[in-house]
Amino acid sequence: MALLEIKKLHVEIDGKKILNGLDLTIEKGKVHAIMGPNGSGKSTLAYVLAGKADYKVTSGEVLFNGENVLAMQPDERAAKGIFLAFQYPMEIPGVATMTFLRTALNAQRKHRGEVELSTPDFMKRVRETAAKLSIDTEMLRRAVNVGFSGGEKKRNEILQMSMLEPRLAVLDETDSGLDIDALKIVSEGVNRLRSPERSMIVITHYQRLLDYIVPDVVHVLSKGRVVKTGGKELALELEAKGYAEFADEAA
Amino acid sequence: MPAVQETVDQVRLIDVDQYKYGFVTDVESEKAPKGLSEDTVRFISAKKNEPAWMLEWRLEAYRRWLTMREPNWARVEYPKIDYQDLYYYSAPKRNALASLDEVDPEILKTYEKLGIPLREQEMLAGVVRQDSEGNNLGERRVAVDAVFDSVSVATTFKEELKKAGVIFMPISEALREHPELVKKYLGTVVPVTDNYFATLNSAVFSDGSFVYVPPGVRCPMELSTYFRINEANTGQFERTLIIADKGAYVSYLEGCTAPMRDENQLHAAVVELVALEDAEIKYSTVQNWYPGDANGKGGIFNFVTKRGDCRGDRAKISWTQVETGSAITWKYPSCILRGDDSRGEFYSIAISNGRQQVDSGTKMIHLGKNTTSRIISKGIAAGRSNNTYRGLVSAHRKAKGARNFTNCDSLLIGDKCGAHTVPYIEAKNSSAVFEHEATTSKISDDMLFYCRQRGMSAEEATALVVNGFVKDVLQQLPMEFAVEAQKLISISLEGSVG
Ligand SMILES: Nc1ncnc2c1ncn2[C@@H]1O[C@H](COP(=O)(O)OP(=O)(O)OP(=O)(O)O)[C@@H](O)[C@H]1O
Ligand SMILES: [Mg+2]
Repeated sequence: MALLEIKKLHVEIDGKKILNGLDLTIEKGKVHAIMGPNGSGKSTLAYVLAGKADYKVTSGEVLFNGENVLAMQPDERAAKGIFLAFQYPMEIPGVATMTFLRTALNAQRKHRGEVELSTPDFMKRVRETAAKLSIDTEMLRRAVNVGFSGGEKKRNEILQMSMLEPRLAVLDETDSGLDIDALKIVSEGVNRLRSPERSMIVITHYQRLLDYIVPDVVHVLSKGRVVKTGGKELALELEAKGYAEFADEAA
Repeated sequence: MPAVQETVDQVRLIDVDQYKYGFVTDVESEKAPKGLSEDTVRFISAKKNEPAWMLEWRLEAYRRWLTMREPNWARVEYPKIDYQDLYYYSAPKRNALASLDEVDPEILKTYEKLGIPLREQEMLAGVVRQDSEGNNLGERRVAVDAVFDSVSVATTFKEELKKAGVIFMPISEALREHPELVKKYLGTVVPVTDNYFATLNSAVFSDGSFVYVPPGVRCPMELSTYFRINEANTGQFERTLIIADKGAYVSYLEGCTAPMRDENQLHAAVVELVALEDAEIKYSTVQNWYPGDANGKGGIFNFVTKRGDCRGDRAKISWTQVETGSAITWKYPSCILRGDDSRGEFYSIAISNGRQQVDSGTKMIHLGKNTTSRIISKGIAAGRSNNTYRGLVSAHRKAKGARNFTNCDSLLIGDKCGAHTVPYIEAKNSSAVFEHEATTSKISDDMLFYCRQRGMSAEEATALVVNGFVKDVLQQLPMEFAVEAQKLISISLEGSVG
């Protein structure tokens, strides 16, 4: 059984149609890249998977491990293992990153009927995980994303993902705003999490990221539909030719 | 579902019946006859074996009160209070005892249930507590004065405090044991004629705490008073007087709860602080009176006058309050900055949910040269509540170089509640520098979604965001009370989101 099955998904926001019959199937352990022009609906897809309230699903289905995701609250989806690394991570003034991580982790564990992680175990895990991502523990004491540089925010998303160990990670333009070194660190972080049990959707505009995180499948999204699917070479092709050829196909 | 609709639904789900302290203790009590008259005042004074001057003082207050009118300028609405339909004195039959062993076991149980251990050995055996990041807070000993309805039922660590020279006892006892000290300071910060509720309190106050810290002494532990209203139809009128003599330091905490009752109950307290030269008083309140039910039925009417006088040079008074309870809150802990270079601080978190109405703030009265003050107020309104910050900062002619910094932030949860900021500023000399910042924000759906995507429920997410919002103030509380306060904030917001 596929981990994620999206069937003929139609989504609108404020009466405007954004996804128009999107189909996508992701097997366990696979990494899918999604590329596509600005405004084609990539972030919308990510938000709909995570359960953001403003989006209205007018028809279609989303199954995660065979379960109907669309009926679940966002926190329920998170506990089932859906993680979204936001294109624009939110700032939460006054809440230490450490506290945020711990609250999130324990909330998920509680949801799954597991015991809370003890303080020493938690601290040990955060420190180790942060170190691998070259995140200073000083940063963990600062309020979530407040005053973080663009690159630090993205790294913080990967830290959260590493701590929460999701089954499906959706990375929405995690590479934007990263310098070359940070891109490597983040990609290594993502690659460490690759496993036969975990799938990923990597949304990006740039082939460069896919040199580091090599995808199994590449999709092109245009006007709210998948218009082309191929192997990793498709990304190279897009880099050379742009999206011009898809402009009409989706219409 | 559009976000707005969701918020509307969340608001509908509001339920403030989450109050955890609403039980009633079954004890026999002795009451004054219902209603208020000179006889009531005489009854109370006689019960306390007060000196004659005290009775006169009370009677004068009572006569004055008869000529006064209830204030109506605050942004709160409530049914007319029938002052003749109240009991002004209620005391458990077994009280005024030599040792804890004689206290009614039901009352001891009550405090245990509230998490306030009254036996010293229990406090000493306290487990090591941790903050949210897992740092050990260590053990901290706190001396407690427990006031049950109109009387103090127990005061802990009296002996140890006495060794340090600190007087900590019920004010009724202080009137008998240290009449000269009480007489010297009582009513000097909040005059008998100050305002309707303070004058009423002066006439009928029954108990409260008295603290005197002698010159140069740093009080060896936190002091606290825990107020509990138990009896129905009974007003609680407590009076607290704290004096820090030259160079002394004391940190004091006040907590309060009451049973859930359908009728409103009146609480009209007066707190006076006097800080002499180089002295410092830190006064923290965690106010958790019963707020009433979701429809605004029941709950405490909290009309409180709290004022501190920095009477000497370089004196410092700091108020920190976490206000989560009461149906009506009318409360403006203030500082009179009389001594040169004295400093006043006010840190406040006021949370309103359900139908609660809060009108609270502070007054910083700069009289001395180079006096400074700082006001940080965080108002959080949820449900159908109303939350007003009302503040006055004034600098008199002689207050050269006075400085104030004020920051008032309001946070709205849902769209049926209101937050208001009413700052008054008066500078009678040109060298005063007053800065004022104010913001009003809504908890954004995007922020909540971010938290929920990480696995938090709507309530956990809201509590987390709110705790972040109030962090600057929480930091001012003694560490372990901050942990308590944080929990309390989550509880009082329960039901504010769906
Ligand atoms: N709240 C909204 N109201 C109206 N239109 C919206 C709203 N949110 C998104 N859209 C529109 O939906 C379309 C798809 O947006 P989306 O963010 O999914 O694109 P994207 O593929 O992620 O683009 P990018 O590459 O720029 O990140 C855009 O045309 C956008 O303007
Ligand atoms: Mg996008």
